[in-house]
Amino acid sequence: MLGFSRSQFIAFLIMVALIVVCPFVLYPVFLMRVLCAALFACAFNLMIGYVGLLSFGHAAYFGMGSYVTAWTMKHWHLDAFLAIGLGGLTGAALGLVLGYLAIRRSGIYFAMITLALAQMVYFFCLEAPFTGGEDGIQQVPRGRMLGFLDLSNDMTMYWVVAAIFIGGFLTIHRIIHSPFGQVLKGIRENEPRATSLGYRTDDYKLIAFVLSCAITGIAGGTKALVFGIATLTDVHYSTSGEVVLITLLGGLGTVFGPAMGALIVTAMENYLAQAGAWVTVIQGAIFMVCVLAFRRGVIGEIANWRKLTL
Amino acid sequence: MAANDRSDIILETQGLTREFSGFVAVDGVDLRVKTGQIHALIGPNGAGKTTCFNLLTSFLEPTRGTIRFKGRDITGMKPAMVARLGLVRSFQISAVFPHLTALENVRLALQRARGASFDFWRSESTLKVYDDRARALLNDVGLSGQEETIVVNLSYGLKRALEIATTLALEPEMMLLDEPTAGMAHGDVDRIVELIRRIRKGRTILMVEHNLSVVEGLCDTITVLTRGRVLAEGDYAEVSKNPEVIAAYLGSEHA
Ligand SMILES: Nc1ncnc2c1ncn2[C@@H]1O[C@H](COP(=O)(O)OP(=O)(O)O)[C@@H](O)[C@H]1O
Ligand SMILES: [Mg+2]
Repeated sequence: MLGFSRSQFIAFLIMVALIVVCPFVLYPVFLMRVLCAALFACAFNLMIGYVGLLSFGHAAYFGMGSYVTAWTMKHWHLDAFLAIGLGGLTGAALGLVLGYLAIRRSGIYFAMITLALAQMVYFFCLEAPFTGGEDGIQQVPRGRMLGFLDLSNDMTMYWVVAAIFIGGFLTIHRIIHSPFGQVLKGIRENEPRATSLGYRTDDYKLIAFVLSCAITGIAGGTKALVFGIATLTDVHYSTSGEVVLITLLGGLGTVFGPAMGALIVTAMENYLAQAGAWVTVIQGAIFMVCVLAFRRGVIGEIANWRKLTL
Repeated sequence: MAANDRSDIILETQGLTREFSGFVAVDGVDLRVKTGQIHALIGPNGAGKTTCFNLLTSFLEPTRGTIRFKGRDITGMKPAMVARLGLVRSFQISAVFPHLTALENVRLALQRARGASFDFWRSESTLKVYDDRARALLNDVGLSGQEETIVVNLSYGLKRALEIATTLALEPEMMLLDEPTAGMAHGDVDRIVELIRRIRKGRTILMVEHNLSVVEGLCDTITVLTRGRVLAEGDYAEVSKNPEVIAAYLGSEHA
């Protein structure tokens, strides 16, 4: 169904059910933070899990999406749909330019170049006037979605974020299970062979990168809208690192891993907040335990244990 | 130079040379492959055969020299483009997509017929139209019943057969096979030889092969390469009597 395997379809239904039920039990704002991180991680996973390229600079696309949505909401009072769409476009455009420079490299070189390019974006954001420097863009109005949904209500905002997440999730799923996705798998499995069959592999990788960056930009824009703020943290390399951590924890290359990872990491940050500086230490420790004990990540281990594809 | 224009030459190189930081791996090779033949490229290890294949298919750029395929200069062309012109290679180490099924492997080649598959918005069920042809190809190389097997689980011999099926799916005018029988058990070798004999119809094959009895039974023309240079060329009878060839072979293989 929807191109899911049976086990994946059941997992999908469970995920949707949780998304529907949770806001009645937990804080919607916390859940929206999880969903934004989850969409970001799903987009990142498209590159590392399905193309086999580790982008170490995905914060650049997340952060620029966040800035553009925040700025256009605040100064142009756009419809939220348009503003988030512009965030996605920004991610895609930046991804096209930076991806073009990086895509011919592989392995550690790709990671280093994406990191270096993302650092340049960070310094651009630090200096450029429109980002508000250290203060960021604050007090961004949530406005309205499609003219009639008043997003200042947390629950309305939540359903919009949930719809964006599920839409993005299904889009990524379709990309993976398309004729294009089939070529991507071939490239990941054996790139020289794909070339020898007549595929210009760089083109496929670049398109995948642009798609990943577009969805990342949407995630960034959505986040800016939810919290009414876009700051340097969004483009900082620690954000790039966090999405790597989320994806590894949840299960790299699995469909549901990134969402699970986002839930775990966001919950940790949220509930360990009282621990102050210790958060990083505790996070690091948990991360180490996970990497040592559950190499495949939470979802990956479950899938392996129950012999399922998830 | 009149000979260069002969229309029965499908692939021709002139002065093909490749250096690796000073070391000359392929040294001024003039190769001519006739349309419809099975042409063998033999020579001791390190002679430059695989490097030649990499040059012919643009996986490497030549330091000097030109390559013409079907009368067209393809030197410096993108490797994917060379493949699309109908010059398709296999690899010395088995070239499969290990974690896809056998059917998906062949389908990835058939899918090329659509042109570029950039359509990320369509369902992969679009590709079902290729399933029948893929099954037929798998059947051709003795892989019927293995359609849904994840390729990493196939035996080495079957992987090589699958590789040929995948290459055939492109219906290439010319195939380059790099040691298609290397490391195979006897029965598997015979099967691959039989397969090559069947698929040669309507195409040209250039193959690297160490097993001389395979070469003898299969190949029309043989080029012997040593240290990057052409040592001898001719049919099996001529080449095998050439004292230089005997010396080179005995010298490096059995020394
Ligand atoms: N990428 C490379 N860099 C440096 N040297 C290479 C490279 N590829 C091949 N060579 C060298 O070129 C020579 C020919 O190699 P190769 O073409 O693989 O030989 P063959 O296939 O005939 O056994 C060898 O000495 C090998 O070490
Ligand atoms: Mg070789």
